Amino acid sequence: MGKSWTRALGWLAVCGLLAGLVAGFGYAPREVVQGNVQRIMYLHVPSILTAYLAFGLVLLGSGAYLLTRRAGWDRLAASAAEIGVVFTAVTIVSGSIWGRPTWGVWWTWDARLTSTAVLLLVYVGYLLLRAMVDDPDARARYAAVVGIVGAANIPIVHFSVKWWRALHQPSTILGPEPSPIAPAIALALLVNWIGFTLLFAYFLSRRLEIARLEERA
Amino acid sequence: MILYARRAWIVLWKDLLTERRSKESLNALLFFALLLLFLFQFALGPDRDRLRAALPGLLWLGLVLAGLLGLGRTFITERDNDCWEGLRLTPGDKSAIYLGKLLGNFVLMVAVEVLLLALFGFFYDVDLGPALGRLAVVLFLGTTGLSAVGTLFAAMTSQLRARELLFPVLLLPAQVPILLATVSATEAALLGQPLGEVSHWLKLLAAADVVYVVIGIMTFEFILDV
Repeated sequence: MGKSWTRALGWLAVCGLLAGLVAGFGYAPREVVQGNVQRIMYLHVPSILTAYLAFGLVLLGSGAYLLTRRAGWDRLAASAAEIGVVFTAVTIVSGSIWGRPTWGVWWTWDARLTSTAVLLLVYVGYLLLRAMVDDPDARARYAAVVGIVGAANIPIVHFSVKWWRALHQPSTILGPEPSPIAPAIALALLVNWIGFTLLFAYFLSRRLEIARLEERA
Repeated sequence: MILYARRAWIVLWKDLLTERRSKESLNALLFFALLLLFLFQFALGPDRDRLRAALPGLLWLGLVLAGLLGLGRTFITERDNDCWEGLRLTPGDKSAIYLGKLLGNFVLMVAVEVLLLALFGFFYDVDLGPALGRLAVVLFLGTTGLSAVGTLFAAMTSQLRARELLFPVLLLPAQVPILLATVSATEAALLGQPLGEVSHWLKLLAAADVVYVVIGIMTFEFILDV
């Protein structure tokens, strides 16, 4: 990917995020029950969707690396994991800020909070492993195995935590029933989601570039 | 297939034999389990009801902690005398080594579990007798999951300098579902509920076990090679 391409992607992400801000604050109506606090959702939901995308790429990069042994796949997994951790952290922090006025607490051991936190722990462990292995070849192989175990664990964690405790409002967007969400809010969400995905693509291309330079050094 | 099983069996036999002669891991682990029991008692105070209510959690916390020590050592014995190279030179499918090591760890953990259960019954005055059959099912499923991931990560971290640190950091988040499921199922078993009440947990455990063991078998060769 060329430099100018990356830069264009960056500006595209800026436009997407600006459009997201306008959609979230200007276009979308004030939510009746929760008030303006609800607007945190435009940050919260796109963040976690982006994080899932990132962790999906970690799985893809890990599996493809073990099959092909090409360093590029390892760089993809490493870069995506770093960005995924950031977006997961944003999700948890924004959710916490939303939870304080809405639920009355900063943190509660609700199912989806807990599984998101476990997700964060798994991938922070992945990054710690990467930081602590010096040999690049061993690092790539070990990280790939942890990346695969971590991804396979996501559904298991999801169900275990769900049965363990349930307090979060059921998923409206990815849930099985047609979503009861107001069209204006849904549109604002969509715009923000696109903005976040563009931002992710920009981060990823920059991070891949750094990883390439690091390897050459 | 027979050759494969035989290779796994040889690794298991070798480890059991070394363990029987040195008793290195087992003695230390059993003592560690006893120490944990005392620590739990001191941390929670003398109130018997409180201890009993916390019993399922304490039991599995104890097992996970013992697992961190015991499983983390799985491949340490292979570091001396070039044993690691010897293992790598084994002909055929490397995952047989994983299976052998996994079984060895399973046996070790079961030994710790038996003692820990007996000690719980003795110190906290819990009548485990009627729940024993149900507990065995839960323990079997939980130990398989713990050992499967533990053995895989132990192989990985045994070669690293920050091994003591990385092994728990990787294993503990991966064990969250096992811990949640086993604690819930153990609680039900101790309360005298039939296993049918917690069948969803048992199914989850069984599914997790299968996933972990399959991933272990498929990825082990990538950890071993250089």
